[in-house]
Amino acid sequence: MQEIFTKSMARNIYYGGSLFFVLLFLVLTFDTHKALPQRDNRANLTEQVAAGKRLWEENNCIGCHTLLGEGAYYAPELGNVFVRYGGKEGIKAFIQSRPANGIPGRRSMPQFNFNAEELDALAEFLKYASEINTDKWPPNVQG
Amino acid sequence: MQYQSQGVAKLYFMAAIGLFIAQIIFGLILGLQYVMGDFLFPAIPFNVARMVHTNLLIVWLLFGFMGASYYLVPEEAGRELYSPGLAKLMFWIFLIAGALTIVGYLAVPYATLAKITRNSLLPTMGREFLEQPWITKVGIVVVALAFLFNVGMTVLTGRKTVVTVVLLTGLVGLAVLFLFSFYNPDNLVLDKYYWWWVVHLWVEGVWELILAAILAFVLIKTTGVDREVIEKWLYVIIAMTLITGIIGTGHHYYWIGTPTYWQWFGSIFSALEPIPFFVMVLFAFNTINQRKREHPNKATVLWAMGTAVMAFLGAGVWGFLHTLAPVNYYTHGTQITAAHGHLAFFGAYAMVVMTIISYAVPIMNGQEAKSNRLQVMEMWSFWLMTVSMVFITLFLTGAGILQVYLQRYTADPLPFMLVQDKIALFYWMRVGAGVIFIVGALLFVLSFLPERKGAAQAA
Repeated sequence: MQEIFTKSMARNIYYGGSLFFVLLFLVLTFDTHKALPQRDNRANLTEQVAAGKRLWEENNCIGCHTLLGEGAYYAPELGNVFVRYGGKEGIKAFIQSRPANGIPGRRSMPQFNFNAEELDALAEFLKYASEINTDKWPPNVQG
Repeated sequence: MQYQSQGVAKLYFMAAIGLFIAQIIFGLILGLQYVMGDFLFPAIPFNVARMVHTNLLIVWLLFGFMGASYYLVPEEAGRELYSPGLAKLMFWIFLIAGALTIVGYLAVPYATLAKITRNSLLPTMGREFLEQPWITKVGIVVVALAFLFNVGMTVLTGRKTVVTVVLLTGLVGLAVLFLFSFYNPDNLVLDKYYWWWVVHLWVEGVWELILAAILAFVLIKTTGVDREVIEKWLYVIIAMTLITGIIGTGHHYYWIGTPTYWQWFGSIFSALEPIPFFVMVLFAFNTINQRKREHPNKATVLWAMGTAVMAFLGAGVWGFLHTLAPVNYYTHGTQITAAHGHLAFFGAYAMVVMTIISYAVPIMNGQEAKSNRLQVMEMWSFWLMTVSMVFITLFLTGAGILQVYLQRYTADPLPFMLVQDKIALFYWMRVGAGVIFIVGALLFVLSFLPERKGAAQAA
């Protein structure tokens, strides 16, 4: 083994292999960029949606929820909450209804005191997210 | 200790372990919040505690990697560190910036923190693991660049070994890939696509180079095995890491709006990702079996073997468990992911940092190894932490399997919160294992404190 497979061969596999797969990854990334307009729902990426995404981020929603399966696993998936709640009104009503001091013994979402405009932006963002082509994930409406 | 400047590593190691303990405390809080939903609510909501838990993890591992580099690079390069003063300065900047950020998370609501730190100027906050205000992110870049300059100059003006070149490659990759944390487009799919360039290409890419280099250094030192042999192993490990891991990023591109072909690329390449970890197990056991000397620090050898085995189990086996696209369709974003995350981070990265601490700290205290009594205590800490983390992983896996079945697989899927109630038993068991884990971690700290009499050393 020592004679046949030398250190310089191992080193060459490392450099050659890494370089090849970095390049392949860049090619696939390039191709992904070309394919995304048909899948990522950018047609509906309005300023309101962008504002909703900012609210999503600045309230650290990902710290409890998943969005398209990524985030924390403490609270329900929200990539499809627009479908699960049957529209924007259900989402807005839920966010508004959270008690400020929680629910004894149970998990409860904080009360964020959003105004009507903010609520609308958040709901629009979640609507936009639900219309991304995710290859039929999640498996069912429960997320 | 061959070079005086290696001593700066001690500061980094102390900070690393201190933050590790804090991370575990927040882990216990999170574990309790899983079963007592109103615990500490609304003072410390789950999302805040989780952000503290994961950010502390990242910061203490970075402290550990930097400490490891400051310790091993002078010895490998055969010269003093380029600038010990810069290393100390950067230590304090990083520690204060990190502490301020954590205080910010806990003191004010996250939205307020975003406002105070002017997130609107450069919106980067609120994405998992990258929750830091941009000013903190800039601080991380500054510290990383100064650190790379310091270590790089030491390597370039000294003896270049495979260990230091691999380590430096990993560290440069770490710093460069972190720059993607500043890219946060409104387009959610693109946001997620490049978010993984930080997260995946760190932990399943360049961090593995750092891990392998640290492990190789410790094995060279403790076994006396010929450097040529170890370097060959090191090249094989990192070659397999990058060959499988780069395209393996695709296992995150199944369900986020990216093209369907990623299901093939991701499944095939990430199914191969256990290989480098398996080679690491072979490497550690072969090297230790063929040892040319009996190093008095038995605890370090245990940590080195443990790192290889647990990294293989956590990153390799538990990763493979849910990496194939048809399986991941059901497991994506469940407790299965959490189970894998815990064992992989502990087995690969937490353990390698404890390996180098176990090796280097006694030497920095002027002895080749600790007393037998303290080594036994350290080995107890090894077993308590390792076994309890295995149980944390098993309980979360149990919870995850039930969650997947009840919420996604069965004919009548149940709502998320209902399922959470049904699997609470597993979360309680996880908290129990977490209590054992912190006992183990505290024992690790105790085993490095000075002995009451006899041992002549400073804390």
